[in-house]
Amino acid sequence: MRTVRKTTPDTSAPAAAAGTARPLGRALRAPGGLSLRLDARALAVVAALLLAALTASVLLIGTGDFPISAGDVLRTLVGGGDRGQEFIVRELRLPRVLVGLLVGASLGLAGALFQSVTRNPLGSPDVLGLSAGATAGALVMIVLFSGSAAAVTGGALVGGLATGLAIYLLAWKQGVHGYRLVLVGIGVSAVVTAVNGYLITKADFVDAARAVVWMTGSLNGRDWTQVWPLLALFAVLLPLVLSQARGLRMLEMGDDVSYALGVRVERVRLVLMVSAVLLTAAATAACGPVTFVALTAPQLARRLTRSPGPNLVPSLCMGATLLVTADWAAQRLFGADQLPVGVVTGVLGGLYLLWLLVTERRAGRI
Amino acid sequence: MNRLSAETVTLAYDQRVIAEKLSVEIPDNSFTVIVGPNACGKSTLLRALSRMLRPSEGRVLLDGQVIQSMPAKKVARTLGLLPQSAVAPDGITVGDLVGRGRYPHQGLLRQWSAEDERVVRESMARTGVAELAERYVDELSGGQRQRVWIAMALAQQTPLLLLDEPTTYLDIQHQIDVLDLCAELHEEQGRTLVAVLHDLNHAARYATHLIALREGRVVAEGAPSDIVTAELVEEVFGLRCQVIEDPETGTPLVVPAARAARARTKADATTAP
Repeated sequence: MRTVRKTTPDTSAPAAAAGTARPLGRALRAPGGLSLRLDARALAVVAALLLAALTASVLLIGTGDFPISAGDVLRTLVGGGDRGQEFIVRELRLPRVLVGLLVGASLGLAGALFQSVTRNPLGSPDVLGLSAGATAGALVMIVLFSGSAAAVTGGALVGGLATGLAIYLLAWKQGVHGYRLVLVGIGVSAVVTAVNGYLITKADFVDAARAVVWMTGSLNGRDWTQVWPLLALFAVLLPLVLSQARGLRMLEMGDDVSYALGVRVERVRLVLMVSAVLLTAAATAACGPVTFVALTAPQLARRLTRSPGPNLVPSLCMGATLLVTADWAAQRLFGADQLPVGVVTGVLGGLYLLWLLVTERRAGRI
Repeated sequence: MNRLSAETVTLAYDQRVIAEKLSVEIPDNSFTVIVGPNACGKSTLLRALSRMLRPSEGRVLLDGQVIQSMPAKKVARTLGLLPQSAVAPDGITVGDLVGRGRYPHQGLLRQWSAEDERVVRESMARTGVAELAERYVDELSGGQRQRVWIAMALAQQTPLLLLDEPTTYLDIQHQIDVLDLCAELHEEQGRTLVAVLHDLNHAARYATHLIALREGRVVAEGAPSDIVTAELVEEVFGLRCQVIEDPETGTPLVVPAARAARARTKADATTAP
C-alpha cells in the first residue's frame, strides 16, 4: 500500500483555535483520502499481549516429562533441534499450544462480541449457556453413541449452534435487551446443564470418565487434526468480524442512534452474533468448555486499553494469552497433564467474576 | 416540494395503530415543533420521519425518494436524529462520542480524516463543549450531556436534524439553553430542525412552524401566532386556558385556567341537559 506515514497532531486542523491542541483522534493519513485510525495505547497493549502469549507458548512447549530449555524450543521451531526434540516439539507439543492459542483467541473474540452487542459484561457465551450447549452435544456423542473424537467434535459444534439458535428465538427476535437476554441465557444454561447431568448418570464407567475429562476443558493430546479446522474458521471469521467492527462501535450507543448514523443494525448484529456462536462452538468442540475466558478476556483487555468500544483485537490477544498461561501454570504447579486447563481458568475466572459483581454493585449498576 | 414529508402514513407497533393516514410536510428551513398530549403519536411520527419505524401504509419521502429505499449512509448524511434512548458507552470521552457522529462520512479506508477532526472540533465549539473534549461523558451534568449529544448529531453535518424531546429531564435554565442552541442552529446555519417538545409555551416561543397532534391526527399546523388559541389548546390537550401575549417575545403564552374555574366548567358540563 502506498502510504505516506504521517502521525498527527495534524497542524492543518484549527485545533489550537478551539482551545485544546491535542488531536481528538490519531490516524495514519495518505494523499488520496486514505486514513486509518490509530490508538497508540491499544496497539501497545496488543503488542505486549502478543509477546506474553509467545513467551508463555515457548515455556509451555518446554514443559513436560521431557523438559526442553526455551533456547532449544526456539531453535527447534526454526528447524535446528535434534531428532528427539524435533518430534516432541513439532508433533506433540506445538499443536497443543496452537490449539490453546486459537481456542483462547476465539473465546476472547466471541466474548468481546457478545458483551458488546448485549451491552452487558455478563452477556458472555459461558453465562448464556452456549458452552453448556456444546457440551451437551459432545456428551450425546460420548454417552449415547460412544462416538469417535471426530463425532464428539461434530456433536459439540451442533450443540453450540442449536443453543445459539434457541437463545435467538427466545430472546433475540425483538431486538436485544441486555438483561432479558442474560436471564434467558441463564435459563437455557440451567436446562442444558440438567440434561448434561442426566446423560452422565446414564453413562457406563468408561464413557463417564471420558465425559468428565472432556467437560473440564483440557488441552491434553491435541494434535494437528484439531489445529487446521480451527485455523481455517478463524481465517474466515476474523476478517469478517473486523469489517463490521466500526458498526459494532456505533451499536454501543443504542439501536436508534446507530440507525440514525446509517448503521445497518440488524445485519451487523446478525453477522457478528453468528460469528461469535461459531467461534464459541468451535473452541468448545476443540478442547471442551474452557470456562470464563470469554467472560474475563474482554474485561481485562478493556481495563488495559482504557478505551470504550468493543476492543476486539486486544480481547482476542488477551484470550490467547490467558489460556496458554493458564495451561502452563496448571502443568507447572500440578505436574504434566494432571490438571486440565479448564480448572485453572474456572478458578481464576470465578474469582474475577465475584470481583466484577462487587465493584459493579459499588458503582450501583447491579 | 419540501425535502421531508410523510404521505398518508399509517403507523403501528405490531397490531397497535398509533396513527392512520397521517400526512405531514416539514417546511424547508423551518424550526418545526411537534406538540400534543402524551401518547398522541408525536414521537412515533418522528421515528417514522427518521426511518426508525417503517409505515405499514403510505410512505415517507426524503428529497423525493422513499426513505427506506435509500442507502443507509446516504440518509444519515442528509437527516440526523437525536433519539431519547441514546446511551453513552461506559468510559467514553466527550471527544470520542462527538467523533462517532462522523460515521456516515467514514469508511473502512477512510476512518479519521483531517476533515473529520475539523468538523468535530467545530461541532464542539458550536455547542460550547470544546473544553470538555477530554472529560468522561459519565461525569457531566444532564445539561452538558445533552449538549454533547447535540454536538454528535451536528458532527453528522446533516441539513435536516430531528430531536426527540431534547429538553426532557433538564432544569429550566438548561431547557432554555438547549432551545437557544437549536434556534441558533436554525437561524445561523439554515438547517431544518424538527423537535418533539412537551412544553407548549417553549414550542410557541421557539418554533417557526407548529404541528399539533391528537390521537394520531393533525389538529392544526402553522406559525404559532396563527394557530395557538384557547380553543386549540382545549381541543388538543383538553385543558381550559387563556392565551395571552408573551411579554418577552410577543408569541402566544398559554396560561391554564385556575383550578376553581376548571372545576366549575366540569360541573356545568355534567349538569347540562
